Amino acid sequence: MGKRFATLISRRAVIGAGAAAVGAASLPTRWAIAQAKPLKVGLMLPYSGTFAKLGENITYAIEILIAEKGGKLAGRDIQFIKLDDESKPENAPQNAERLVKRDAVDVLIGTVHSGVQMGIHKVVQDSGTLTIVPNAGNVAVTRQLCAKNVFRSSFTNWQPAYGMGLAAAKKGHKKSVWVTWDYAAGTESGAGFKEGFEKGGGEVLPILSLPFPQTNFQPLLAQIPGLGVDVVGSFFAGGGAVQFVKEYAAAGLKVPLCGTGFLTEGTLEAQGVAAEGVETGLHYGDGLDNPKNATFRKAFKDKAGRDADVYAVQGYDAAQLLALGLDAVKGNIEDEANLYKALRAAKLDSPRGPISMSPAQNITQNIYLRRAEGGQNKVIGIAAENLADPGTGCKLA
Amino acid sequence: MDFPGLLAQLLNGLQYGLLLFLIASGLTLIFGVMGVINLAHGSMFMIGAYVAYLVTARWGSLWLALPAAALGGLLVGAALEAGLFRHFYAREHLDQVLLTFALILLFEELRSFLVGNDFHSVPIPALLDFSVPITPHFAYSAYRFAVIAICLLLAAFLFLWIERTRMGAIIRAAAEKPEMVDVLGIDARRVHLTVFAVGTALALIAGALAAPLYSVYPNMGDGVLIISFVVVVIGGLGSVSGAFWSALILGLVDTLGAAYAPRVAGLAVYVLMAAVLLWRPTGLFGRRA
Repeated sequence: MGKRFATLISRRAVIGAGAAAVGAASLPTRWAIAQAKPLKVGLMLPYSGTFAKLGENITYAIEILIAEKGGKLAGRDIQFIKLDDESKPENAPQNAERLVKRDAVDVLIGTVHSGVQMGIHKVVQDSGTLTIVPNAGNVAVTRQLCAKNVFRSSFTNWQPAYGMGLAAAKKGHKKSVWVTWDYAAGTESGAGFKEGFEKGGGEVLPILSLPFPQTNFQPLLAQIPGLGVDVVGSFFAGGGAVQFVKEYAAAGLKVPLCGTGFLTEGTLEAQGVAAEGVETGLHYGDGLDNPKNATFRKAFKDKAGRDADVYAVQGYDAAQLLALGLDAVKGNIEDEANLYKALRAAKLDSPRGPISMSPAQNITQNIYLRRAEGGQNKVIGIAAENLADPGTGCKLA
Repeated sequence: MDFPGLLAQLLNGLQYGLLLFLIASGLTLIFGVMGVINLAHGSMFMIGAYVAYLVTARWGSLWLALPAAALGGLLVGAALEAGLFRHFYAREHLDQVLLTFALILLFEELRSFLVGNDFHSVPIPALLDFSVPITPHFAYSAYRFAVIAICLLLAAFLFLWIERTRMGAIIRAAAEKPEMVDVLGIDARRVHLTVFAVGTALALIAGALAAPLYSVYPNMGDGVLIISFVVVVIGGLGSVSGAFWSALILGLVDTLGAAYAPRVAGLAVYVLMAAVLLWRPTGLFGRRA
């Protein structure tokens, strides 16, 4: 259903763009053509399924930034072409092809699901389309598979977990274990946690995992008392995170639980008292006191009718990056050399605090330490300041 | 391997095995009496879980969801039997498999249309939302104990029904020598309707009981269907007591495997099934052919 709707939108959009191009052909110079043509921004995001709300929040936030800039970026009108990727990796290459080839978008912003991201990545590596990743955190995209036209405004799975590992060790914990789903986000964050915790002098036992998205946590939880650990680290998200945190509390374990922020992000209400006191590391949190955040949260609430979250912030920053790049080349997106140069040097004021671009083109940012208290993920400190993903294996100089 | 941890794992295995039995007993009865391989049985489990989600979301009580699932299961089962399956008993297994596969797709589309594709969690009833310490360092959820008790109770009723009632005697006869039922002039249609309705209701109840433990999500019946087939095959096609023991064995193998040998756990139950098929093709508790 969602996909059919999206197809309709994009078909109409293409007709509109064709008419605009014909109109522009009579103008005298190439520069003028570039100015007259609207910039086509492909939004390949989940608008249905488990991640629909994430896709919506990212989209709202992008629209908020464009509205702040008066509806134009570097003088060019913006034309959105929205495509519901349904978080289905098997359709990803085909969907990305459609945006890049048939709709000929100037920029592709997408997506949430790591598997779908790999499909997009393959397509845009060939086409060279400017691509901004507003969520998916699989490390490969800005490590061994990094590409000069792909930038990430969100995080790598490694970043929040590394910060959490550092913070847990700093608290004096000595021995830990990572509990997670056996897939990219789970194992990559596990590697980050291990690195951070060991850097702080601790020891991390081999990962405890179960297949995604199963929620039969009991066989894992029952092992914890026998391991002799003094802190447990974890990555789960969504419904699985709700279940895990509740079962962890119900198991009466005497070992404190920590994790990446997704463990308690958007799930606190459902987790109730079970989540109280759980500490997590993330690049955003409740009560971040900076003027940019205050303005953004108000604008988001006015537009979407609900509170902004980390996904909204990542979407906003994807649009901020696009605006910065376009300003640098005065709207001429064909000027790739200067466009990429500007994006690689980007330093922005984000609702999450100051951010910049790492050499592998992933966001360098603060990882905050948060504690779940009374239904909020309160920021209680900085777990890692200006943390860049190591970008191991990326050859972009 | 520490001993208290092992105790918790045994409880987990027991609880999982008993839940599997509720699902597999319906599957094995339907196959035993009617000779139908019902692939849509996993969808019944999924529907039970969604009933639990919808009823608790609307009226806030899982206790209301359990009778709703049982009653709904009886109705859905009876409707499916009278409307569809009855016309397929004389057909080939391939036709039956195609029909029941189509039903899986149908029920998933209906679920997507009516409830959506989101992942939902169902709260544990307030009355049982506490834990019982079983070791100094580990507590076991009271709700899981309740699930064990409810499953054992249902299993006891099922055995009494099959072993001690006239209908039960006919069911046993039908499972072993279907032609005898016809010769004796028994109205097989009533037996078929009842068996199908009860089997379906058990799957819905299992889904509703499982909802607070395993969450509620699209296609959740698929994995359950496969493991239930393994239970039925190991226990012996058509044997309810066979399904009981094999469900407990699989529950323990799967749980202990997930805890102590996670790399091979996914494989363990299927290796077990292959071994049983080689060694005793009629299942551990089935009659020798």
